[in-house]
Amino acid sequence: MAIKLTIPVTEADIRKLHIGDQVLLTGVLFTGRDAAHKYMQESFIARACPESERAVYDVLKPGLAGGVIYHCGPVVRKRPDGKYEFVAAGPTTSIREEPYEAAVIEHFGLRAVVGKGGMADKTLAACQKFGAVYLHAIGGAATLIADSVKEVLAVHKLDFGVPEAFWQIRVVDFPCVVTMDSHGQSLHDKIRADAQRKLAELVGK
Amino acid sequence: MPEITEQLVELIKSTSTDLSPDIEHALQAACRAEVEGSAAHGALRTILENVHLSRQTGRPICQDTGTPIFYLWHPVGWSQRELLGQVRDAVRLATGGSYLRPNAVSALSGKNSGDNTGIDFPTVHFEEWGHAYLQAGLMLKGGGSENCGCQYSIPSEDFEASRDLKGVRKAVLDAAYKAQGFGCAPGILGVNIGGDRVTGMLKAKEQLFRPLGDTNPGADLDALEKQLCREINELGIGPMGFGGQTTVLAVKLSETHRVPASFFVSIAYMCWADRRKMITIKDGNMAVIAPR
Repeated sequence: MAIKLTIPVTEADIRKLHIGDQVLLTGVLFTGRDAAHKYMQESFIARACPESERAVYDVLKPGLAGGVIYHCGPVVRKRPDGKYEFVAAGPTTSIREEPYEAAVIEHFGLRAVVGKGGMADKTLAACQKFGAVYLHAIGGAATLIADSVKEVLAVHKLDFGVPEAFWQIRVVDFPCVVTMDSHGQSLHDKIRADAQRKLAELVGK
Repeated sequence: MPEITEQLVELIKSTSTDLSPDIEHALQAACRAEVEGSAAHGALRTILENVHLSRQTGRPICQDTGTPIFYLWHPVGWSQRELLGQVRDAVRLATGGSYLRPNAVSALSGKNSGDNTGIDFPTVHFEEWGHAYLQAGLMLKGGGSENCGCQYSIPSEDFEASRDLKGVRKAVLDAAYKAQGFGCAPGILGVNIGGDRVTGMLKAKEQLFRPLGDTNPGADLDALEKQLCREINELGIGPMGFGGQTTVLAVKLSETHRVPASFFVSIAYMCWADRRKMITIKDGNMAVIAPR
């Protein structure tokens, strides 16, 4: 049975989660991938926010407190009334954000990172220390996930291009699996270790 | 030569939104093989639901519509320059219609061209053939799976491998292990043995056009395809890397001549959302011919 998680998420809710748990995510979150992470690091984390980026920071800072970042570059459509809608929105590979994510979790008080493929030791340690989880969305399930996006509230830094912008969206029952929890466990590490043993067996034949 | 932009737009729409039945059937079988309630079973159920929803609503199966890779087999006397223009127009139109994500970014600046055209983007391969009609193939090759592709030069520094089928087997198992679930497993591996570095990768990728259930005309290669598929699945990586029975849906091998000094094993990884279609255009009428 899937566990319902509502954004903003409390630390207590996060600490209850364990790898392998299936989760349905509801609330307002932000997409953000390569350009977005580099930008957050360079504009907000490594230095005080410059005036030119103040408007974006004022949205992200409260929005990401207890919040969620989704590694996703969506296909969007602009409707005749000028509003955007998500057409296709599956996860992108998360490991590219490994150099940044731990600092982002700490700086913004993020409770969950959603993506695919999992992340590495620095992020896992940040999840344990600050009370966050990595949620694995189903790669390629873009139409289904787009349907869980009920509203596009705003877009920030659209000059990064459609895939790379911060899309502020409201989701209902977005399906994910916990693959890195706040107790130091990573499903990815376990699967890799098992596969490595099996590989040694096979090539030893 | 006729104007075929409209049919090419249809090919793009169909490839992006309507998964071929051979892949869908393999995913259904993979779903049945997993324990109900497991993360792997949940992932495959979500995948199958998504495939259905995309087809029903005419939306991209995956938001990463990848590098559009076209193959055009054209009659004698047709202009490749004009065909290239029509392909690029079709890609722009399909992007405008949200069937493709604007995916062409400048290699260095990262600036998005906005319409999926750029330097050598999309990729287009031409071949003249003896028929009076055109055949067009399209593969939408997502970035996550493309990043899992690799090439081994045997003997390898990474592991002991000989220049024979045993060495090929080791290389493919190593690649599958390294790919884990990153390329959106359960995937399909296209593998070429031999060639130079470029031809090897090209032929590896072309294997992905083959129908999943086909038989390799080379008996040795056919046996190794089936063995590798079984063995990779024994690694237990499973759908999305959640652990499970199915890590790959198929392995497809080919062989090209090489120079005596080189022995390349080139591997292309395709995600479960294996979007590739082949059509013919005869007198303006379009028909899907393969893979079935």
